Amino acid sequence: MNRKNLIVGVIFVLLLLVPFIADVTSNSFITNMATRFVIYALAAVSLDLVLGYGAMISFGHAAFFGIGGYVVAIIGFHMDAGDAIFGWAGSHSALIIWPLAMVLAAVVGLIMGFLSLRTSGVQFIMITLAFAQMLYFVLVGLVLYGGDDGLSVTARNVMPWIDLEDPTVFYYVCFALMAIWVWVCRRIVQSPFGMVLRGFKQNERRNINLGYAPMRYKLTAFVISAAGTGLAGALWANYALYASPDMAAWLKSGDFMAMIVLGGMGSIYGPILGAAVYLGLEQTLTAWTENWMLFLGPILILVVLYAKRGLFGWLAGSKNYD
Amino acid sequence: MYMLVEQAMNGLQYSALLFLLSAGLTLIFGIMNVVNLAHGSFYMVGAFCAAMAVAATGSFTVAILAAVVGAGLYGLIVERLVISRLYHREHLDHVLATLGVLLFTNALVTMVFGRSPPFVAIPPMFSGSVPILPGLNYPIMRLAFIGAGVLVALGMWFLISKTKVGMLVRAGADDSETVEALGVNIRRLFMLVFALGALLCGFAGVMAAPLLAVEIGMGEKVLITTFVVIVVGGVGSVRGALLGSLLVGITDTIGRAYIPIWMSHLLPPQYSDSVSSSLVSASIYILMAIVLLVKPRGLIPAQR
Repeated sequence: MNRKNLIVGVIFVLLLLVPFIADVTSNSFITNMATRFVIYALAAVSLDLVLGYGAMISFGHAAFFGIGGYVVAIIGFHMDAGDAIFGWAGSHSALIIWPLAMVLAAVVGLIMGFLSLRTSGVQFIMITLAFAQMLYFVLVGLVLYGGDDGLSVTARNVMPWIDLEDPTVFYYVCFALMAIWVWVCRRIVQSPFGMVLRGFKQNERRNINLGYAPMRYKLTAFVISAAGTGLAGALWANYALYASPDMAAWLKSGDFMAMIVLGGMGSIYGPILGAAVYLGLEQTLTAWTENWMLFLGPILILVVLYAKRGLFGWLAGSKNYD
Repeated sequence: MYMLVEQAMNGLQYSALLFLLSAGLTLIFGIMNVVNLAHGSFYMVGAFCAAMAVAATGSFTVAILAAVVGAGLYGLIVERLVISRLYHREHLDHVLATLGVLLFTNALVTMVFGRSPPFVAIPPMFSGSVPILPGLNYPIMRLAFIGAGVLVALGMWFLISKTKVGMLVRAGADDSETVEALGVNIRRLFMLVFALGALLCGFAGVMAAPLLAVEIGMGEKVLITTFVVIVVGGVGSVRGALLGSLLVGITDTIGRAYIPIWMSHLLPPQYSDSVSSSLVSASIYILMAIVLLVKPRGLIPAQR
């Protein structure tokens, strides 16, 4: 067992123990906070797949987060009103709605990725950003669904035999989904497909000359990543019981990126730590000063300039860093 | 007819604002190959400096000076402290570090100037309106804005195609390594270009202050539109930025005025509101998507 596996083990055991810690200290806030960590970690891990392995600097992942959230909120809205959605009677079941959120995010990811991947470098960053912003404005314009104010969700989705309304149970469901997704992403990056993807990051021209068409691989990774972020959005709408255009705002994409960099890019595990650190920093600094960005900004700059491997890279050591 | 002329003029005014912001940014992208998310922050700093100067002295000339100097100086500091360490890094580092600068600037401006700066009135020199067509009056302030845009465009043209610095800038956009190998101090050129971009932002900030709301986050709103301008026009070319500004500014303004009217004819009223307000905001992104499908490198790209 090397240092990296040890660190990963400690992270997961700690996350598993959160409700017990909350129980012992009788502080239910801890479970709430950890639910937020886990949901954001799911989104950040998905983004790491394209950012850390595919070298696609997507500044538009908030769009998928927003789509996931709005799928939950809009279906709930129509169910409450008692009318059909395009002839479909609707459902409260998480087993239908959450996959639907993933599929929808993946479809939008396919379109967005197909258009954006025609370019690279600076243009790719700006185009993904612009697409996310477009979706943001579309959501703001949906007056029927609350426009600028967003849409509240009256009840969480339901699962057979599992009571999602219970905070602890909901936490474990989110945690399990995050853990499964991390496992899936690890499998992807270690598969031949993942190797090709990493090849594009190292040297695109060499990879093309080896006979790999970039579009196919990059687009597949982009779509998978979009689906994961969509799931995170659906979970968030269930957690906060609220979906608003802010979920798709471009600064949200910036949050995800900041989490990846704080945690350690290109490791899949790093962003889990990054999400916890970022949200934890936000929590402590806002309690202290209203202008918490005054500290976060410089921290981000310093990490980028001097600590590229992030917290996970520092903990796991350079030898074991993936 | 009057409506069309008036909207076209508004479009030109918006284009002028976009050009002031994108001319510097496209050079920073093109020459230094740096993605700068903090560019909108200089615009905000300029507008806040102008608002403070107007409140203190009441003179719009002083406000222009304060905005240009304030934004230019802040740009210089940011370049020295952060950007200059990023030149040989990858784009992701640029994005994150400048995001840090943006967040920091928002908090800093809030702390120094407060959340709501004093209102900037239209200076007496530019107040009122003049007839531009028989029976159609147009505000002088907006005309002055368009005039400022034209002046800056001419100035940039002169600077870039007629001076030695401009020659280096063009050469730098083409191949900065060769320029460096020829013995030019490229770092100093980079610093100059960055400060010039920040200065133009400051100027845009003071001109926009009497017309738009001066607030925290005003830079982010317009920054994304500036990106669209640059992508449409082609990264690194000032001519591209001019063309992009005109296309985006006029598309957006005309869309805002006419899409709701067209939609109300096409769709039943319960849908037309939602559809048109979404379509209005999305129009420039649709424009961008079309341009990219036809020309992935933008309309007038600088590099070959």
